[in-house]
Amino acid sequence: MTKFLPMNRRSFLQTTAAGAAAFGLAPSLITTPAAAQTALTVGFIYVGPKDDYGYNQAHAEGAAVIKAMSGVTVVEEENVPETVDVQKTMESMINLDGAGLIFPTSFGYFDPHMLAIAEKYPDMQFRHCGGLWQEGKNPVNTGSYFGYIGQGQFLNGITAGYASKSKKIGFVAAKPIPQVLQNINSFLLGARSVDPTITCQVIFTGEWSLAVKEAEATNALIDQGADVITCHVDSPKVVVETAAGRGAFVCGYHANQSPLAPEKYLTGAEWAWGNVYTKFVTEAQAGTPLGNFVRGGLKDGFVKMSPLGPGVSDEARTKFEATHAEMMTGNFAVYKGPIKDNKGGDVVMAGQTLAEDAIELESMAYLVEGVIGSTS
Amino acid sequence: MEDTGIGLWGVPLAILAGAIRVSTPFIFVSLGESMTERSGRINLGLEGTLVFGAMTAYAVAVMTGSPWLGVLAAMAAGAVFGLIHGWICKFPKVNDIAIGIAMMQFGLGLAFFLGKSFIQPVAPRLPSIPLGGWSDLPQIQSALNINVLFVIGALLAVALWWAFRNTRVGLILRVVGDSSDAARAMGLNPDTVRLLATAAGGSFAAVGGAYLSLYYPGSWNEGISSGQGLMAVALVIFARWNPIGCFLAALLFGGAGALGPALQSVGVTQGYYLFYAAPYVLTLAILVATSSPTRSLAGAPGALSITK
Repeated sequence: MTKFLPMNRRSFLQTTAAGAAAFGLAPSLITTPAAAQTALTVGFIYVGPKDDYGYNQAHAEGAAVIKAMSGVTVVEEENVPETVDVQKTMESMINLDGAGLIFPTSFGYFDPHMLAIAEKYPDMQFRHCGGLWQEGKNPVNTGSYFGYIGQGQFLNGITAGYASKSKKIGFVAAKPIPQVLQNINSFLLGARSVDPTITCQVIFTGEWSLAVKEAEATNALIDQGADVITCHVDSPKVVVETAAGRGAFVCGYHANQSPLAPEKYLTGAEWAWGNVYTKFVTEAQAGTPLGNFVRGGLKDGFVKMSPLGPGVSDEARTKFEATHAEMMTGNFAVYKGPIKDNKGGDVVMAGQTLAEDAIELESMAYLVEGVIGSTS
Repeated sequence: MEDTGIGLWGVPLAILAGAIRVSTPFIFVSLGESMTERSGRINLGLEGTLVFGAMTAYAVAVMTGSPWLGVLAAMAAGAVFGLIHGWICKFPKVNDIAIGIAMMQFGLGLAFFLGKSFIQPVAPRLPSIPLGGWSDLPQIQSALNINVLFVIGALLAVALWWAFRNTRVGLILRVVGDSSDAARAMGLNPDTVRLLATAAGGSFAAVGGAYLSLYYPGSWNEGISSGQGLMAVALVIFARWNPIGCFLAALLFGGAGALGPALQSVGVTQGYYLFYAAPYVLTLAILVATSSPTRSLAGAPGALSITK
C-alpha cells in the first residue's frame, strides 16, 4: 500500500503552525513552548454508540474530559467494526484529521489491526484498551492500558452476597476471554466472602452486543433462581432493565446504570477513563514517553464504584466500605490461595496471593469453584 | 435453597417462553413479506424497515409518552418505506432484490442517524396480558406474560390465511402474484396491487420493530435487530407463503433461539456456540427434507422473480 498523504505528527504540527502563522492566528499557541500547550489531535474509536450506558459511554466520558484540556482536539468515530474497517478509520484519523495519538478502544482492534497500522506509521502513538502489550514483540509506538476492574466486581459481589436470598447469583457474559472470566470469578469471590455457599451461574451470549440474547439469558438465569444479576457485555442496559423488571437485584458494569433501575441497582463497577486519558495526553504534550503498559485499579483512579443503592443493607454497606478502604491502600488481593477452578484443578496454590497487578491474571482461562459455566 | 430454581424444567419452559417472547418480530415481518411476495414481489429491505420501525416507535414513545402512538408512527414509517420500494420497482428492468438491499441499507443508516439521541432515554413499554396467574411459579407467570402484539400477530396470521383463500382482495393478490398477464387481462393493474401489498408489508414489518424496541428486549440501540428481519424474509419461503406457516415457523425460530441460554442456565455449558446455531441448522434440515428434485416449490407465486 502506498501512503497517499505522507504526513506524521511532526509535519502536521509544522503545517498547522505555518497555517496558523500565515493566517495570523495566535502563533503563540504553537511557537512558544514554555507558555502554551502543544497542539495535539487525539483520535477515539468506539465499537458501538457512545451513549450506550456501557463500555463505549465510559470511554466517551473519558474523551469528554480531555476535550477540555488546552491545545487538545478530539476526533471520534462510533460503530467501527473490529475488522479492516478500523484500519481505515485509523488511517483517515492520521492522514485527514492529523491525529498524533489514537485510542482504539475495543478489544478486537488490537491484533492485527492496530499493530499493522502502528508499524506503518512509526511516528504516531497508539494506545489500546485491554490488550496485552508485550515488549520486544509489539511496536514501541503502541501500548495498552486497562483497569483492574475485577476489584470492582469483587465489591459488586459483596453487595450481591448480602442481597441474595436464593444464594444463587447470575452473570451474563459475552465471550470467555480473560477479562470477562476474571470479572465472573471476582464477582463470585466477592459474594463468597459474605457466604461461601453462594454459586454463580454464567451464561455466555457469544457476542458483545446482542440485545435479544442478553434478555433471554437474563430471563433464563432468573428462571433458575438467580436473584442478583450482573453482566459483562458492551451495553448492560438490556440486562439491567430485564432483571429489574423481573424483580431481581442488579450490579452495574462499565458505567452507572442506576437511572435505569433506581430501586434494584445495588452498585456497579465503573471505569474512570478520564484520569487515564488526561495522563496520556499530558505526557504526549510534554514530549515525555507514554507508558507502553499502563494499568491501575481503584486506588489509582482507573476504576470507581457507583453510589450504593437502596437495596444495600447496613451490614453490606459496612463490609463494602471496609473492603473498599482496604483496596484503596493497595494491600487487598482478590485472588488468595487456595483457589480451585470449577473442574477441581488447583489454580492458585495455598499461601499464594495474586495481587491485582499479577500478570497471570491477565491470561486467566478458568472459572473458579462455585461458578457454574464453561469456558468453551 | 434449590426451591427457587426449577431445574431441568427450565429448558422446555424457556423454549415455550422464548417462542412467545422472541417470535413476535419474526411473525410480523414474515406476515408482511408473505403478502408482498404473494403479489409477486420480493422486498429484502424489511430488515431496514424493521430497524427503522424500532427507532420510530421508540422515539415517538419517548416524546409522547404513549407506546401505542409509537406503534402507529412505526406503521406509517414502514408503509412509506414499502411505498418507496414499490414505486421504484414498477419501472421497467428494475430488479426488486437489488432495490430491497439498497432500501435495507438506507433504512438502517437513516435509523442510526435519526436514532442517535434516543439511545439513552427510557421509553414507556407496551402492555402485556398476564395469563400465568393460575400458577404459583413466578417463572411460569413471567413466561405467560403475553404481549398484545403477539396476540394480534396470531390473529392476523389466521385472518390473512382466510383472506388469501376466501376474499376478493386475496384473489386479486394471488392472481397478480401468479401471472401479471392474467391480471392485466382481468383489468387489474399489477403495479398498483404490488405497490399496496409492499406498503402493507412494510407497515407490518415496522410493527415487528416496535415490539423489539418497546417490549422485548425493550430498548433502542443500533444492534437491536441483528439480522432478524432478514431471517424473517427467509422464513416466508420456509413457510411456503402460508401465513399460518409463517406464524408456526416464527414460533419455532423463537423457541430454538432460547435453547442456548436455557441449556447454559441448567448447567449444560459446553458447546454453546453450537446451540446458538440451532435455529439455522433446523431451517436447513427442514428445507432439505421438504425439497424435491422433480417439482418447484409448492405454493410459490409464479411471478416472483426468484422462482422465474
